[in-house]
Amino acid sequence: MSALSSKPLAAPAAATPPPPSRGMRLVRAYMRNRMALFGLLLMLVVLFLAVFAPWIAPQNPYDLKQLSLMDARRPPGTESMAGFTFVLGTDALGRDIWSGILYGLRISLTVAVVSALVALTIGSTLGLTAAWRGGRTDALIMRIVDLQMSFPSILVALILLAVLGRGVDKTIIALVTVQWAYYARTIRASAMIEREKEYIEAASCMRLGAWRIMTRHLLPNCLPPLMVVVTVQIAHAISLEATLSFLGIGLPETEPSLGLLIASGYAHLLTGTYWISIFPGIALLIAIFAINLVADHLRDLLNPRLAR
Amino acid sequence: MTEFIVRRLLQAALVVAVMSLLVFTGVYAIGDPVELLINPEADQATRDMVASQLGLDQPLWRQYTLFVANALQGDLGRSFVFNIPAIELILQRMPATLELAALATLIALVLGVPLGLYAGMRPYSPVSHTIMTGSILGFSLPTFWVGLLLILVFAVWLGWLPAFGRGKTASVFGVEWSVLTLDGLRHIVLPAANLALFKLALIIRLTQAGAREAALQDYVRFARARGIAPSRVLFVHILRNLMIPIVTVAGIEFGGVVAFAVVTESIFNWPGMGKLIIDSINLLDRPVIVAYLVVIVFFFVLINLLVDLLYTLLDPRVRLSGGSR
Repeated sequence: MSALSSKPLAAPAAATPPPPSRGMRLVRAYMRNRMALFGLLLMLVVLFLAVFAPWIAPQNPYDLKQLSLMDARRPPGTESMAGFTFVLGTDALGRDIWSGILYGLRISLTVAVVSALVALTIGSTLGLTAAWRGGRTDALIMRIVDLQMSFPSILVALILLAVLGRGVDKTIIALVTVQWAYYARTIRASAMIEREKEYIEAASCMRLGAWRIMTRHLLPNCLPPLMVVVTVQIAHAISLEATLSFLGIGLPETEPSLGLLIASGYAHLLTGTYWISIFPGIALLIAIFAINLVADHLRDLLNPRLAR
Repeated sequence: MTEFIVRRLLQAALVVAVMSLLVFTGVYAIGDPVELLINPEADQATRDMVASQLGLDQPLWRQYTLFVANALQGDLGRSFVFNIPAIELILQRMPATLELAALATLIALVLGVPLGLYAGMRPYSPVSHTIMTGSILGFSLPTFWVGLLLILVFAVWLGWLPAFGRGKTASVFGVEWSVLTLDGLRHIVLPAANLALFKLALIIRLTQAGAREAALQDYVRFARARGIAPSRVLFVHILRNLMIPIVTVAGIEFGGVVAFAVVTESIFNWPGMGKLIIDSINLLDRPVIVAYLVVIVFFFVLINLLVDLLYTLLDPRVRLSGGSR
């Protein structure tokens, strides 16, 4: 009897599992798209290669003891003096291109991620402040954003680097200056909408501090559109850094990012020694493409106008 | 309307003034150009003489007021390197850049709008998927690397097109143009294609998104329900509404193309303003850097103004504040 009575009690619980949270639903919707999944996988592979570069690379291309000028400008597939194969060939100093790419990827990704995070912090602080304070503060911050965004990023970075000179820190400053306005504008737009909702009113009624409401209540609800901007901006930062370094005004020679590797092969291109420039370029392309693919599907997923 | 234009002009003048101040103070901080211009073994007296000739011994604010006073008369200083007025140097190089940017924008529009429309009208066809994935690729490909690839394939391997320079130019109204000669056209193809790529991807995506949204609107459904031919719905109803964002973006992006020409010009050795600014940064040719930046800021402000005006002509729904109804 007791076994029978317990059954109808357990059944409804089993039939209706707790509804998946918004985050879980997003993850599931994302996983359903094959291109999106491919992009994510590619991004993780690139990240893995960059993080573990010293353990994966067959040689340390910047350790002079491991280099031999006898190996200079070997086409892809040549065997090295040390016994391993130069899968992607060597450059003018006998450095393995594949190892150079792995180390370069590390530098490129580090610079891009650091600059994106700094820009995110500055941009979202200013954007939230603008939305929260409104009035003159808002007008001032948004005019600066407008002014900044009316100039293309390459031009702003060019001006800054012309003034500051070459260097890792200077390149990061230039990238942050280029990016912060996008974060500020995005977060302000969603904060303006969220600000009017009841939960914020409730939090204000509870006399919570402005800072606490902004960081604990407003910010988390503004995150979804920000996620898209972060991914897009990281890809943009990688590309911009490579461009600036290629032009010789970004990173110094001591930090051989992918852009500098490509620049070093530029002079050899006309003689048909294509691999020095082309393979680092392909690596750069794969990294940016993977991130953009992820960003593109995140955007579709989070766009209420295209909601299915 | 007049009030709107006057207000926009005042705003524009303010932006140019603020930017020139920022750029001037900023550029003042870069190294010492005297070091580059004279023999390193020269004594202090010679150095001082050169510095005072260039006006570098004056205090910063004095240099700036002088700069503004001269700038208002169209004099932005003399190039330290070429010893000719900086503005003249830039104006000499400007046609090459404008010609390249205009051709690139044209390529992007002519190819981008039809491809975007197709992908927007048939969002689930495999061809559309290819177009859209291709456009992400267009965003992902860094301009400079595509430039290298173009040189490698078309100049080195196939040997079809020249990789460097402007080629023969023809003179019209005292300005040299490459597009007017066959040799010049052969030279401009690769850099223009290179510069167009990013804008092409942008215009495809913009057109696709717009067409996809417009196809669901009531006015399109109504037009279909009335039995209007699909091609007429596409070209008259949808395209006309799409032209507003496309023209706006193409206009604003024209400035971006001019700025991005820095990269393309450096790769293809195209003697425009962009190559000039990179060379000037490396040589610390301060008057040229400042003059370039003031000219390009002016250029941008002008483009934004024109786009705003065009916008109101294309879209009667845009009512200007202060305008009478």
